[in-house]
Amino acid sequence: MSKMLMKGNEAIAEAAIRSGCKLFFGYPITPQTELSEYMAKQMPKRGGLCLQAESEIAAINMVLGATASGARAITSSSSPGISLKSEGISYIAGSDLPCVIVNVQRGGPGLGGIQPAQSDYNQATKAPGHGDLHLIVLAPASVQEMASLTGLAFDLADQYRMPAMILADGALGQMMEPVDFEDRTPRSLPEKTWACCGHANKREHNVINSLYIQPNVLEDIVVERFKRYKEVEKNEVMYEEYMCEDADVVIVAYGITARIAKSAVKEARAKGVKAGLFRCITLYPFPAEQLKSLSLKVKRFVSVEMNMGQMVNDVKVAIDCRVPVTHYGRTGGVIPTVKEITEEILRLSAIKEG
Amino acid sequence: MITELFKHKAVIICGHFGTGKTNIAVNLALEAANTFPDICIADLDTVNPYFRTADNAESLRARGVNVLLPQFANTNVDIPSLPPAFPLIFTAGCHSVTDVGGNEEGATVLRGFAERYEQIGYDMYYVFNAFRPENVSAEYAVYSLRAIERASGLRFAGIINNSNLGAETDISVTAGAVVRAEAFASAAGVPLVMTTAFEKNAFPGCTVIRDVTKKLF
Repeated sequence: MSKMLMKGNEAIAEAAIRSGCKLFFGYPITPQTELSEYMAKQMPKRGGLCLQAESEIAAINMVLGATASGARAITSSSSPGISLKSEGISYIAGSDLPCVIVNVQRGGPGLGGIQPAQSDYNQATKAPGHGDLHLIVLAPASVQEMASLTGLAFDLADQYRMPAMILADGALGQMMEPVDFEDRTPRSLPEKTWACCGHANKREHNVINSLYIQPNVLEDIVVERFKRYKEVEKNEVMYEEYMCEDADVVIVAYGITARIAKSAVKEARAKGVKAGLFRCITLYPFPAEQLKSLSLKVKRFVSVEMNMGQMVNDVKVAIDCRVPVTHYGRTGGVIPTVKEITEEILRLSAIKEG
Repeated sequence: MITELFKHKAVIICGHFGTGKTNIAVNLALEAANTFPDICIADLDTVNPYFRTADNAESLRARGVNVLLPQFANTNVDIPSLPPAFPLIFTAGCHSVTDVGGNEEGATVLRGFAERYEQIGYDMYYVFNAFRPENVSAEYAVYSLRAIERASGLRFAGIINNSNLGAETDISVTAGAVVRAEAFASAAGVPLVMTTAFEKNAFPGCTVIRDVTKKLF
């Protein structure tokens, strides 16, 4: 199949269908809506179901029910809608169910705005719902990655029996780039022996549940689940280094901001400043070890984000504050320009350590 | 010359969403400004609040184009609205380019103005990009074209082949898609009037346009 020119939102939808996901439950919200629209047009033609639920809360609970039967299911929304889903996300994590949740972020808090933002980083990586839990959080930076990371998200979710989130933003959702849907090989995955799909009197019945009567039983379950999280942290970190080998100032960024930062690194290099870019592809698991190694070679980091400073704290922790880490950001739906990030690199490179 | 699209005073640019309608409309208005000092461009996209004519308002105005934008373009107000001054294109007798939102949903807004377009004379064009998923089959593209005609109550005068793969476009992409555009035009019974390309991908017979899409990086 040759390449197609697609919006990021469409690419996620197409990649999900090609990953064997035949169930979409959602509720429309800008700047995510093309994803639901694509599903609505394509799912009936391709043997699937696209259901516009009465609310985000209903949609995420439909995902819980569908995935409990062993099916692949996806839901998508944008920032305010993800907040509504958080109870269901916690129940899904507590029930060890695999699913994919898409957040095409927009400006917040509250109703905020419809322009792109990255201010749900903390929500996605720290507290996507109540309780001790993690989601796998993948941060695409191109329309191609919107597709390939969606396929990966389904595989990771199934492999580790946990929800995975695609953390995108309005710019990635709306922009158009060429995309190839055959650029990744699906993982071979264990059979879903836990699924509630009918025992036909041939095995014990399965139970999907997140309620435990005895505290010590619940503790054991959570501790076991965290052993799986350790495996994820050990095996699944993804990142990209760009011109970091000899860099003095390294930008840490993800998603659309990393694309802009890459151009800023080139401009700063042209002006004689040794700049580099460390792009996080997985936000959970966070590439902490890789940043720590890099911190032995560089003079400072700057975390460039479309928010008031969220990932910057994870960078500081990752490198044990070995070198200065600052934040540069725009928020409220404002996208930083190549020029302003370049100026920030130049400003930081001129600071004398002392 | 892209201004060949003007057979009447009003040009309407429609098509499947994401085919490059706004890029064509803005190029046409900028070029037409050399010939028609009274040129207007109207942003009638009621579907998508991102990547729209308003992104080019400054460069258009600098060339003397009268830019008619909805009041809420590029703000956080996510409701469909029309430019208040839009009916000017029917009353002032000026040349105009109307940039319409994608698909039949986007074209529905034209319905209420169909009679007035008929009165002043119009040419409505369908922008085709062979690399958009729903244009991959000529059958669906024809369905989309007919759906826009039904929704708008207007008839297409021609098809503009704007086939491209974004940054990965080369001459094999632009020139290679002509056959597909011709097959689509023949299936739709609407003439293929133009094939566009950026200068670096230009080939004999194509119309060169500029990339006016907002650049983030």
